[in-house]
Amino acid sequence: MIKVLPKEKWQGALYSLAIVIVFWQLAAMIVKLPIVPSPWAVFINIIAIFASKIQIHVLYSLGRIMEGIAIAILIGVPLGFLMGYFYRMDRILSPLVYFTYPVPKIALLPVVMLLFGLGEASKLIMIVLIVIFQIIISSRDAVKAIPDETFRSLKSLGASKIQIFNEIILPASLGEVLTSTRLALGTAVSILFFTETFGTEYGMGYFIMDSWMRVNYLDMYAGIIILSLMGFCIFMLIDIIENLLCSWR
Amino acid sequence: MIAIKDLSVKYRSNDNEILALDRFSIHISKGDIYTFIGPSGCGKSTLLHVLSGILKDYGGVVTIEDREIDPRTQRIGLILQNYGLLPWKNVYQNAMLGRKIKNGNQDTDEYSKFILKQLGIDGLMDRYPRELSGGQQQRVAIARAFILKPDLLLMDEPFSALDAITREELQELFLNIWKQYSVTTVFITHSIDEALYLGRKIVVLSPSPGRILEILDNPCFNLDNLRFRDEYYAMSMKLRKIVSKG
Repeated sequence: MIKVLPKEKWQGALYSLAIVIVFWQLAAMIVKLPIVPSPWAVFINIIAIFASKIQIHVLYSLGRIMEGIAIAILIGVPLGFLMGYFYRMDRILSPLVYFTYPVPKIALLPVVMLLFGLGEASKLIMIVLIVIFQIIISSRDAVKAIPDETFRSLKSLGASKIQIFNEIILPASLGEVLTSTRLALGTAVSILFFTETFGTEYGMGYFIMDSWMRVNYLDMYAGIIILSLMGFCIFMLIDIIENLLCSWR
Repeated sequence: MIAIKDLSVKYRSNDNEILALDRFSIHISKGDIYTFIGPSGCGKSTLLHVLSGILKDYGGVVTIEDREIDPRTQRIGLILQNYGLLPWKNVYQNAMLGRKIKNGNQDTDEYSKFILKQLGIDGLMDRYPRELSGGQQQRVAIARAFILKPDLLLMDEPFSALDAITREELQELFLNIWKQYSVTTVFITHSIDEALYLGRKIVVLSPSPGRILEILDNPCFNLDNLRFRDEYYAMSMKLRKIVSKG
């Protein structure tokens, strides 16, 4: 039977949430400053303003992050597969990937903004630019890690390249691709926050920074929590997809 | 019939050329089972790679029914020591894989149902390979090979990773099914006992580079209670002598 979400995972999540709240509450009681409000005040504030003030920002951010990751997967995974399967592709492209991977792409934000403007395009390009490398490298390595014997029995059956792709490469590396997507997600949320502080009036990044400027710390914390929750939900979504598609593991 | 004439295979390792098979010639008649025995590194697996169409860079001529080896047009069943199952496919999908690749569908017909039943895996269809014992995995691999209805069946030490009891059980089961369908079979082994039990003919190979030392008719093939008989003992001694002389 496929367990979509194991019970331990939910219990673990609730348990960690409880610990965070306890420490937060303690910090609020010790510091006694408006910059550290009590968690309850923040939760009550979320309930009060979510529908009226936060919702629209969540939708914008969610849209950007999903689009960014989807584009990164659509370009990165096929590229990684080609590099993993065809030795010559790997020899040409790997140095390029390795050379550009450590460049801090966030530093290119001014360049991207000058070239593509302050709007949506440059935000998406930043997310894709930063996330895609992890996805390319891990899909390439996943294909390379498939043992030769696995291909052998299919080749002896006279399988075509497409059949080898469908029967071996895709299922064998799907798990790795999802894992790297999950890792990339954390980075993507940070980039999203950063890019949303410029040139937009929508998005969680904008909402948090705007609340900060207005010295409305309750709203700011509400924004931080909603942004975290958003990341957590996408994280769980990938988990569920992995459990459904890779139940053989 | 499988005809191998002057087959030579060279491997390149660093700058040296290593000869794995040296002017190797043999005819294997249709519907027969040959066991190949020899020391490790004698090129047994190389021979199998040539026959299965994986290795294409060789000298000499190798034909199945007068046609050059091409896994796309011929049906070649391959059973490996590590079973060669795909871990993301369940027993049913693994067993039907050969059919799926060759026929484009994986529906079970009476024949495949019968094979699955004979191998005793018809109750494990939804399991994944990691949930099976080694013996069960090898049963799936055997089922896959037979369901394919191969022109040529290649077996590379298929039972050597199994414990002694499971091994003898599977050897017997394999032989029973084989007798019903008489698929032309090349069986590679390093066990003299296995060579005697499963081979109608036994081919003894020399240490590297692989050459044929001798091709023996096996009087022990198809005898009941083989392992308790004098013929078995005599033949086993004879084989041991040839192998050790190299």
